[in-house]
Amino acid sequence: MAVLKTENLSYVYSPGSPFEKTAVDNVNIEIEKGEFVGIIGHTGSGKSTLIQHFNGLLKPTSGKIYLNGKDIWEDKTQIRQVRFKVGLVFQYPEYQIFEETVYKDIAFGPKNMGLSKEETDRRVRATAEAVGLSEGELFKSPFELSGGQKRRVAIAGVMAMEPEVLILDEPTAGLDPKGRDLILEQIKKYHRTFGTTILLVSHSMEDVARYASKILVMNESKLFCYDETAKVFERAEEISQMGLSVPQITRVFNELKSRGIDLGEEVYTVKFAKELLVDILKKRGKLHD
Amino acid sequence: MIKDITIGQYFPGNSIIHRLDPRFKLVIALAYIVMLFAGNVFVSIITGAVFCIVSFALSRIPFKLMAKSLKPILPILLFTSILNLIFIDTGKTVFKLWILKITSGGIETSVMMIIRITLLITGTSLLTYTTSPIALTDAIERLLSPLKKIKVPVHELAMMMTIALRFIPTLIEETDKIISAQKARGADMENGNLVQKAKAMIPILIPLFISAVRRAEELATAMECRCYRGGEGRTRMRQLKASAHDFVAAGVTMIFFAALIAVNIII
Ligand SMILES: Nc1ncnc2c1ncn2[C@@H]1O[C@H](COP(=O)(O)OP(=O)(O)OP(=O)(O)O)[C@@H](O)[C@H]1O
Ligand SMILES: [Mg+2]
Repeated sequence: MAVLKTENLSYVYSPGSPFEKTAVDNVNIEIEKGEFVGIIGHTGSGKSTLIQHFNGLLKPTSGKIYLNGKDIWEDKTQIRQVRFKVGLVFQYPEYQIFEETVYKDIAFGPKNMGLSKEETDRRVRATAEAVGLSEGELFKSPFELSGGQKRRVAIAGVMAMEPEVLILDEPTAGLDPKGRDLILEQIKKYHRTFGTTILLVSHSMEDVARYASKILVMNESKLFCYDETAKVFERAEEISQMGLSVPQITRVFNELKSRGIDLGEEVYTVKFAKELLVDILKKRGKLHD
Repeated sequence: MIKDITIGQYFPGNSIIHRLDPRFKLVIALAYIVMLFAGNVFVSIITGAVFCIVSFALSRIPFKLMAKSLKPILPILLFTSILNLIFIDTGKTVFKLWILKITSGGIETSVMMIIRITLLITGTSLLTYTTSPIALTDAIERLLSPLKKIKVPVHELAMMMTIALRFIPTLIEETDKIISAQKARGADMENGNLVQKAKAMIPILIPLFISAVRRAEELATAMECRCYRGGEGRTRMRQLKASAHDFVAAGVTMIFFAALIAVNIII
């Protein structure tokens, strides 16, 4: 059964005013348990609006959302339970930090869940480690940390609730390449360890291609497609027309294909391209170890 | 959502009323208030009502919005009319119960009062509906600029007001975002007693203050980088220029005024 499912989901900002804007238009998707989903789309395509429906922060103008087969708005009083099950890390999550120490800030979510002191402690330490915060940093003031470290604290704060679904809205925005790779690797590791369903919003095709098993493409408030990474990148032409780019390396290989050099495989990471090429060259006897 | 609160109620548009010079609009609004409360009650109400309805029709503001602006003053309206009903003791007695006495004079005064206050609010709301807060501050600065002679820091006050107005939507948006982020971590802001509710505000207020201070600092730096040094010798990018239709509007207002005075003298 799908862990998350939407049915004709639509959302309109400021209905009835001159600023009316349909940000999500009739979206139907089903996300399977344990999936690592990349969400892409140009600026203003409705990604952030869409994901805020999954944990009940926004109430759909029309349509339904099911979590484990249950309509999340069926019982309004239970909406907090939904938020514990579907963790959402916002774009630039640093601004949500408010406690005196990193430890206390990460513990905010578990405390709201009413967990025991021991369990909270275990989770805080486990998630701090998962995002790469050292023991010493736990008792520092979060405001003394660098931007990248604050980002980790914020992400850990949501992970500590141990949600079934973890949604991250551009967790790497504004970080340097090294910081970006570190955070993504840690998310990947978390995914592998806990089997949590992950939804990752990103502007970088390269990142999405590297980590996601499925890709959801939003275009002008509508769902363009939701499919396996390979299938999505086969539609490179259409995706480029939306103002998005497929990974550079995929473009190179697609261009080669159109010129008659078909290597038989879809390529979206440089690493895979290298392996593929080395393989082919070896087979043809042009390369020796 | 918090964002739905309109600040200063500005309702963008391109009607004749929207395009009037804000200085003229401000002065006309003041004249309108004087009109409402000058001389004979009936005459001033009728003139005011005609003036208000005509400007309202010209502004193309939806009627629903106008009705909304009246909602907050409903309690005041009720309160004053009840006071008037009970305490004014002139004319015929219409109704009497123990010490409670309602007279025809009381009814008349309270009805007039309701109409006057309604007209007052609708008319002045029309000003804020059709003029952006920034334009309004600009107009106030220009109208008050003679006070600079007696060392009132008019420009600085106007600048502070402009900045405050400019940042209200930004801060509202930010508050919204912070509330969402804390709710996503299970913060509970609706339930609990007063103390718990006050405590629940901490995760929102601290980040909000931090970001407000940071923004203020950034803005100050940015202004300094562009050599801002107060109002002395500063020219404006958007000059306020009175055009023909501003003078027509002023003329129409004056005709209303003249009519009001004339009728008052005749009766
Ligand atoms: N609070 C709001 N009020 C009104 N309109 C909004 C609000 N938030 C977003 N919008 C509008 O809804 C549309 C979708 O916004 P959304 O934030 O979901 O886009 P996004 O895909 O996340 O973009 P980005 O990649 O820039 O983060 C945009 O056109 C935006 O202007
Ligand atoms: Mg977004």
